[in-house]
Amino acid sequence: MRWFGIKRTIKLGLKSLWMHGLRSTLTALGIIFGVCSVIAMLAIGEGASREAQEAIARLGSTNLIIETVEPPKERADTGQTQEVRSYGLTYKDAESIHNTVPNVEVVVPIREIDQEARYLNRKVSIKIVGTIPWYTEVSPIHVVHGRFLSSIDLHQQQSVCVVDEQLVRGLFAFEDPLGKDVSIQGNSYRVVGVTGAPPLAGKQNNLDNVMQGATASDSGATGNIYIPLSTAKSRFSELSAAFTGGKQSVERVQLQKITVKVQSTEQVLPARDILDTLLMRLHKVKKDYRIVIPLELLRQAKRTKFIFSIVLGSIATISLLVGGIGIMNIMLATVSERTREIGIRRALGARKRDIMIQFLSETLLLTLIGGILGIILGSAIPLLVTRFSRMPTIITASSLVLAFGISAMVGLFSGLYPAYRAANMDPIESLRHE
Amino acid sequence: MAIVAIENLCKAYKIGSFELFVLRDLSLSIEQGEYVAIMGPSGSGKSTLLNVLGCLDRPTRGTYQLAGQDISNLDDNSLSMIRGSQIGFIFQSYNLIAQLNVVENIEVPMYYQGFSEHSSANRAKELAKMVGLGDRIRHRPAELSGGEQQRVAIARALANDPRIILADEPTGNLDSESGSEIMKILGDLHKRGGTLVIVTHDPNVAQRAEKTIYLLDGQIERQEYNRKH
Repeated sequence: MRWFGIKRTIKLGLKSLWMHGLRSTLTALGIIFGVCSVIAMLAIGEGASREAQEAIARLGSTNLIIETVEPPKERADTGQTQEVRSYGLTYKDAESIHNTVPNVEVVVPIREIDQEARYLNRKVSIKIVGTIPWYTEVSPIHVVHGRFLSSIDLHQQQSVCVVDEQLVRGLFAFEDPLGKDVSIQGNSYRVVGVTGAPPLAGKQNNLDNVMQGATASDSGATGNIYIPLSTAKSRFSELSAAFTGGKQSVERVQLQKITVKVQSTEQVLPARDILDTLLMRLHKVKKDYRIVIPLELLRQAKRTKFIFSIVLGSIATISLLVGGIGIMNIMLATVSERTREIGIRRALGARKRDIMIQFLSETLLLTLIGGILGIILGSAIPLLVTRFSRMPTIITASSLVLAFGISAMVGLFSGLYPAYRAANMDPIESLRHE
Repeated sequence: MAIVAIENLCKAYKIGSFELFVLRDLSLSIEQGEYVAIMGPSGSGKSTLLNVLGCLDRPTRGTYQLAGQDISNLDDNSLSMIRGSQIGFIFQSYNLIAQLNVVENIEVPMYYQGFSEHSSANRAKELAKMVGLGDRIRHRPAELSGGEQQRVAIARALANDPRIILADEPTGNLDSESGSEIMKILGDLHKRGGTLVIVTHDPNVAQRAEKTIYLLDGQIERQEYNRKH
């Protein structure tokens, strides 16, 4: 190849493309949309999966979360109007876990109650989280002001509470909440600390939202109030009224969650089996709990992302393939339309290779320009999506390289055959072509 | 020295299993600086001979030496190089590239010979001036008259200083006035030492050449030297 001719080859190619502006634009559109959709989809997919993975990682990779699940109702239940259904995790469960499961660092029982909190004349709905001081070890929250609950609070059933930043905004507005008294069901709780959650990509989420499908926001709670578990046990009834199928029933649930932290990630799965066996024995056959393992969720999320990438890749490949077919089609038409030009060039000294390069470079230019425009458009779309929907998107450098590489490959492959056809035309025949 | 030396040249086209001979045992020699016209009825093999002379086609049998080099067995690349460097083509229908302007059209043969952009543009402008189109170098073929287009084609044929210029009915599409202008330019080329071969139907055109070769059924019927010269 005459390398010094590269600039002129490009010029010549651009000129030809410019001469047939509409045709070139329409042809390039196939590539533009193909590349654009690859980048945009990858960016959105990457953003979503990164968010999910972060959320899961915040649950703690060495944690096992046991949740109370309402068991399926038995036939006999439906006939009675007033019956106390007891199910779910118990204080005894937490104790048994602590005593029997090996390699456990901490067992944190959690009791959740939806309530209303008052401060002065303000009233907001909240979620009370009754727990123990070690809660901070299994949760991503951290104390921003004051302190978290202490062992003394727990043992002496103190009327203290720790509130999260969300609640501070809702209930205290611009006041410093420390030392203030929050009133719940007529009882006062002194605020001893404020917790904050590390910001999650995009929007603010709390730990439980991710796991439970947003219990706090579903029930309209403004935020969380953490109180000692002992205090919660003595002040709030474990009974709650529930309406099912138009009939009222009363339910008794001791604990909504027990979070178990083991020493290392390797111990998570063995611990799950032991927990399952233990709980199965304690709860007989009643399946009123489930064990959620963030580590496992993380693996699933990664697997999902992998499958997602394959599906996305296939869609992108198909769309680029369609674009490539369009380009090949147009280039074949161009070649036959310019048969005479090919004949003239051949008569004036162009070798087969020169003709080949001329047409191939036209196709490559078209796809590369299309690719670049596609990258620009494809990078703009995720930015707009993030801006207007607050959905996180991540444009990775590798997706740009991938999209650009693919468009170049499409150009090369869809350009080769038309260029080969052009180069191998008989010069005499081509000169006669009208 | 003979620029063109053809001996016992045959050109046959295969039609199924049957071979159609378009040129048969044709021998011909053209000297440096000669001005030759080729005449003959349609189907006599004029165009085929011109294609062989122009290295667009290879002889089936026989030898063709161009400037001492046997081209009968050269590959496609070498033939392309010879076409580009040693032969200047002038066609009946001008065959300019529509999307290129005058200068760019003249530059095409130089492009394939690896001229630098700068020197080829300069030479193309000079050649355009020489054929009297110095003021129209940015025009596209569609904006030129037939005579002007053919002058561009002549300038293009001269771009690489070819050893021989082959013209196929150069005045065939032109009115008599433009035609004679073109013939005058070609005559001037000859006077400056150029070797010219013109295929024509027109006896008036043929008469301007030193020698006229009459073809019939793929063979040379007779050769005549024109009295004028």
